[in-house]
Amino acid sequence: MTHSAKVSILTAEPRPIAACRADFPGLAQEINGEPLVYLDSAASSQAPNVVIDAVADYQRHDHANVHRGVHTLSHRATDLYEGARDAVQEFIGAGSRTEIVFTRGTTEAINLVAQSYCRPKLDAGDKILITHLEHHSNIVPWQMLCKQTGAELVVAPIEQTGQVDTRQLIELMDDRVRIVAVAHVSNALGSILPLEEIIQAAHHRDIPVLVDGAQAVPHLSIDVRTLDADFYAFSGHKMFAPTGIGILYAKEALLETMPPYQGGGDMILEVRFDGTTYNELPYKFEAGTPNISGAIGLGAAIHYLNSVGLDEIAAHENRLLAYLTRSLEGIDDIRLIGTADNKASVQSFLLGDIHPHDIGTILDHQGVAIRTGHHCAMPVMDFYGIPGTARASLALYNNEDDIDRLIAALAKTKEIFA
Amino acid sequence: MKDKDTSKADELRELYRELILDHARSPRHFGKLTDATHSAEGINPLCGDKLKLYFRILENGQIDAACFEGSGCAISVASASLLTDTVIGMNTSDALDFFAVVVSRLRGDVDANNGKRAAIDLGKIRALEGVKEFPSRVKCASLAWHALNSAIHQDSQAVSTE
Ligand SMILES: Cc1ncc(COP(=O)(O)O)c(C=O)c1O
Repeated sequence: MTHSAKVSILTAEPRPIAACRADFPGLAQEINGEPLVYLDSAASSQAPNVVIDAVADYQRHDHANVHRGVHTLSHRATDLYEGARDAVQEFIGAGSRTEIVFTRGTTEAINLVAQSYCRPKLDAGDKILITHLEHHSNIVPWQMLCKQTGAELVVAPIEQTGQVDTRQLIELMDDRVRIVAVAHVSNALGSILPLEEIIQAAHHRDIPVLVDGAQAVPHLSIDVRTLDADFYAFSGHKMFAPTGIGILYAKEALLETMPPYQGGGDMILEVRFDGTTYNELPYKFEAGTPNISGAIGLGAAIHYLNSVGLDEIAAHENRLLAYLTRSLEGIDDIRLIGTADNKASVQSFLLGDIHPHDIGTILDHQGVAIRTGHHCAMPVMDFYGIPGTARASLALYNNEDDIDRLIAALAKTKEIFA
Repeated sequence: MKDKDTSKADELRELYRELILDHARSPRHFGKLTDATHSAEGINPLCGDKLKLYFRILENGQIDAACFEGSGCAISVASASLLTDTVIGMNTSDALDFFAVVVSRLRGDVDANNGKRAAIDLGKIRALEGVKEFPSRVKCASLAWHALNSAIHQDSQAVSTE
């Protein structure tokens, strides 16, 4: 199969980052009478015009089902859909387009690996190794798998800073461990895990590693081959693409050994009542009509990220994160949760004994959107003995004014609770 | 500009009235009731509020004691605290009427109750009415009341706002 819509990621001049905010129409609005300050991109990011337009153009002009029609529209839809796969492959440095499986998101990608890769291999007494800082979507699929197979879920501890205790994690990699599943970046704490060290240690013991990259992808440049990750999962909606589309990257040699996750159309070559032949990779793992418009939106988001430049984005966000942390530290009674040396784009905090939910309401009332609660990481909250945190998270479109507005809104919160 | 700021600030002050903040800071009847006859748990998964309410109800239906424990935002804790203050001494059928009226007023539908219930004076519970302007917080304010309802009916399931 050839795909003419293979898109180039080469662009002319990188765009200055300060100009990017204007690309996001969702940011240009008032909330409760104040200009919106959006500091919740770790939950879901806003989309730029190029993504919104790519999805709308496809729906207006190019929509048909993929991989099945001989007619022109089906060809166009297929080219766009497969072009997005090529863009993803290049974006994360995968060796082959067959290693890129479209899913609904990170959650589905992890469930796919648990059920399709691990389940057939597991015996009672085998172990699955995760860490204490995982998102629920990198905990619950493994708990379900343990129930199904009698395997045991082993949890590596974290330190007070919110970094994983890498030494202990590596010590826990014994010969019953069948997979190590870890976040690249913690959504609640911002810690960047030392993946290369973790993956090397696991491979040394022949254990494959799944990386939950949901929080890493829009902030760090990812090269799955340099990392040598066996599985890498992420979601479009945290990187300026629509919801309902995500990626499972998996090494081809592993995908080849895996039975399909779901059955249906598109994942087959031939169906007879006495037996069915599955399609080639990656289609074997994409049963049913896929999220075509979502994939196209994801492709457009990748072009957008490349046009701004991942290094520029990381540098900008690191500067802002430092400013955010410094500004928060300037407030009396603030307690920062998540203070690892190596961090990306999020800062959780508590303000005196004010419940995070009250902070969230008072901030929203001033047009400042943050996330409050347990961030789908209840074990992290238990670790710190707190019900939840307030969390500000950054993306390329944020600036210092946003942070100044946050700080002013927090001052107001203190005033109300004084 | 000035007016806008003032009315906005007023909305927040309505939500976080002195009485609410006072009950949130020093909740009344906080703790476990060891000889409770009825109890129920209330959980609000959105913000992680988790309250357990205990009641001692006499054979004649009078609520003789009420306590609660757990953690939550200012609104949910203050609401539970005000609830315990209010229902001690009531009989259960009056408490259930109260529950119905509180929950509908918090939602903002004043006319939902007629007859006897329309005449109920909420007293200091009115302090919770500021949540009407904050739809996402109505659940926080009504959580304890739902727990009261299920405790009186002796549902063993935890009530959830979801
Ligand atoms: C670290 C992490 N993992 C997994 C997920 C789940 O992603 P999704 O809900 O898009 O499947 C999230 C999103 O909140 C996340 O932050």
